[in-house]
Amino acid sequence: MPISPVLASYSDLAYGTALVLYLLAMALHSVEYAARVPVPAIAAGADGSVAMLVRGRPERTGRSAVALTGLAALVHAGSLALRGAAIGRVPWANMYEFISAICFVAVAGWLVVLYRQRAAAASLQRLGGFVLLPVVVLMFLGGTVLYARAQPLIPALNSYWITIHVSAAITATGILLVSGVASVLYLVGASAGSRITARLPDSATLDRLAYRTAVIALPIWTFAIITGAIWAEAAWGRYWGWDPKETCALVAWVVYAGYLHARATAGWRGRGAAWINVTGFGVMLFNLFFVNIVIAGFHSYAGV
Amino acid sequence: MTQANPVTAVLRNTWRGLTSMRTALMLLFLLAVGALPGALLPQYPLNPQRVRSYQAQHPVLAPILDRLGFFDVFASPWFAAIYLLLFVSLIGCVLPRSLEYARQLRKEPVATPRNLGRLPHHARGEFDQSAGEIIASARRRLSGWRIAEREEPGGARTISAERGYLREAGNLMFHLALVGLLVSFAIGKLVGYQGQVIVLANGSQFCNSGPLAYDSFTPGRSVDGTALTPFCVQVNGFTSTYLPTGEAEDFRAALSYQGPDDLATGTWHPYQLQVNDPLRMGGTRVYLIGNGYAPRFTVTFPDGQQRSSVVQWAPVELGTMLSEGTTKFDPPGVTDDAARRTRQLAITGLFAPTAAFRGSLLSSSFPDPLDPAVAIDVLKGDLGNNSGRGQSIFSIDQSMVDSGRLKQVARSNLRPGEQLTLPDRTMVRFDGVTRFVSLQVSYDPAQPWVLGFALVVLAGLGLSLTIKRRRFWVRVTPDGPAGTVVELGGLARTEAAGYGEEFDRIAADLLPPGAARPPVPTGAPEVSR
Ligand code: HEM
Repeated sequence: MPISPVLASYSDLAYGTALVLYLLAMALHSVEYAARVPVPAIAAGADGSVAMLVRGRPERTGRSAVALTGLAALVHAGSLALRGAAIGRVPWANMYEFISAICFVAVAGWLVVLYRQRAAAASLQRLGGFVLLPVVVLMFLGGTVLYARAQPLIPALNSYWITIHVSAAITATGILLVSGVASVLYLVGASAGSRITARLPDSATLDRLAYRTAVIALPIWTFAIITGAIWAEAAWGRYWGWDPKETCALVAWVVYAGYLHARATAGWRGRGAAWINVTGFGVMLFNLFFVNIVIAGFHSYAGV
Repeated sequence: MTQANPVTAVLRNTWRGLTSMRTALMLLFLLAVGALPGALLPQYPLNPQRVRSYQAQHPVLAPILDRLGFFDVFASPWFAAIYLLLFVSLIGCVLPRSLEYARQLRKEPVATPRNLGRLPHHARGEFDQSAGEIIASARRRLSGWRIAEREEPGGARTISAERGYLREAGNLMFHLALVGLLVSFAIGKLVGYQGQVIVLANGSQFCNSGPLAYDSFTPGRSVDGTALTPFCVQVNGFTSTYLPTGEAEDFRAALSYQGPDDLATGTWHPYQLQVNDPLRMGGTRVYLIGNGYAPRFTVTFPDGQQRSSVVQWAPVELGTMLSEGTTKFDPPGVTDDAARRTRQLAITGLFAPTAAFRGSLLSSSFPDPLDPAVAIDVLKGDLGNNSGRGQSIFSIDQSMVDSGRLKQVARSNLRPGEQLTLPDRTMVRFDGVTRFVSLQVSYDPAQPWVLGFALVVLAGLGLSLTIKRRRFWVRVTPDGPAGTVVELGGLARTEAAGYGEEFDRIAADLLPPGAARPPVPTGAPEVSR
């Protein structure tokens, strides 16, 4: 399958554009956030209409930020599609492509959350900047240090399992990113009573966001591990070989199982569970960066 | 149980502690932490060379780590202790829960609480319909729920409804399937084996006759190698496709094979073996895991006798397939051992499929054999290969060189057909090159079970995370000031996420428009345990 350099360069252009748009959306979100009257003040406003007046402007800014995020996500999707068209396969076989797709899932997942929680969107949407922050950082790293030009697949990766297994891994990771952000904010909000954290949604909302996203992601992650094992059986002659990448994926899975357990264990519900969730995402990131780059295993030929 | 004696009391407390959620959480945590060194440190089963180089770099730390099993974490006793305890805890936790669940399935939903207003979800309204009609419409609306109708002493009628029993079933399925998964995994490790073998792609054969047929063989604990599934493969050719940049696009080996049933009849089947696409014969699978080049040399001895040899050389640069190796010759017709051991030959050096010379230094610029060449040293003397010690086929015994018993007698770069002449008029010709494939044979009869249990794990997880166990109560009291009073209450028994919306929908269907409904306080604790 020949590579189309023209399409690939359009894909790169769209990637850069999406990154810039995310940055702008993040900037708008910070304007919104800064302009927010801390929650207690709103609560104090007995008269609803006054509260509406005070609330109106930052909320509109926030809505524009969300709209801009949506636009950026469309451009981002375009970048992925063009990359796929340029190489004639799903575009996730190296870290650049992988990170781009994860960020896209995180943003798309975030927009879905906002849509499904329309009723609470006003309080949720101000988290937008915090969700976009890791996305922007990851995409910046992906577009610079980790950038890889469009290439065909090496034979070991050339299988329809790459579509299934890696898509699942990407989807789960993207959703878990949103979950991780919610738990980090939960911990930050619960620890410091500063002016900044006072504008966060209440901790029950954050906790619910973290839980609902994790609960969607965990079966997908389980599916990713199982399909990975099926693929490994076909490609490497064993379904499980304690390769560092496999091991780390399992460790992350066990940590997330611990998260769900913690939520059912007395004394571990709030902060304890949130810490475990954050640890889980830490292991996911570790698996993505450290294991790919530093530890050589079978998976290392996925290419940095 | 009345007066327990102290021993059983201790045992019972230990068991309770072991099967508590807190212990499960700790053990899960330990499992995660314990597995990490298996990913971070080099491991013997994966890569023994890297373990040795790590040990060389960390002379103080490494012996301690080694003694603690950190270079083979997944076979270490402490790791086994963690997961065995975890699984004992799991069984101890899940079996009683399964019994409890079976009991619950037969029980009616619990009676309606006296004060529905105290529940996290609550609504109320007054109708001028009769209590019977309202109960009937509630019954219709709650179809799909498990319901029990009761009458209270004061004349009120109630419906208790419960739904989402599959959640617990999913959770139990999930945990029990984990046990099945672990057991199948262990059985596979016990009775399975893996072996690697290199076969020249020139019609050479490999038959699965026993461990000795392999270059390396890793048996499960209960495998003695006497009962391997019999089959033979013949490698007729190997083709690789590379992009102009040298990146590999495709590898395939043309095989013929005889499965266990064909050996008697002598039938051969053709098969294209590809990466990602093993040859499967029952529980035995054959994989294409590598390839390389085997240069062919012909030596013409001074007396005119000729010997040819094709031996695989090991790829040292995967990108260009620059390979390195040694091809060894015994002088023909020399019966005296001492004499033979002064005249053995070793051709050692580099092979490049597409030669690129810098000066006379050989490197390779492309992995396909476009312009093959070798850069060789010829050594003569005692190879040391009948000293009883095993010797690598890829290299010479350096101690023979150091002790002067094996001496370099020529050095040259050759292309196919070219030859060099040694001082004693022996001629060494580089004839050309044959490709080889490295095959892996894997056998694991428990594999389908592992997959089956893994799928049950997934299904159980999906069920238990998407289904909510929830309760709904209706109390209909006739003779309120404005007619019949209807009170509704709802409680999610597990993670609350999302019951509110469903409760509201049902309440809206059951109550007249505009019925009073106190808003649900945000973040109210809904989980009852
Ligand atoms: C290999 C070990 C284990 C793993 C990987 C594991 C994993 C999980 C996961 C992923 C969940 C959430 C999904 C669900 O509700 O089905 C869960 C729930 C649960 N697990 Fe485990 N578990 C393990 C061992 C145990 C043990 C030893 C116990 C008992 C002490 C236990 C008791 C429970 C309970 C009661 C729940 C339900 C929690 C709830 O209602 O939210 N598990 N487990």
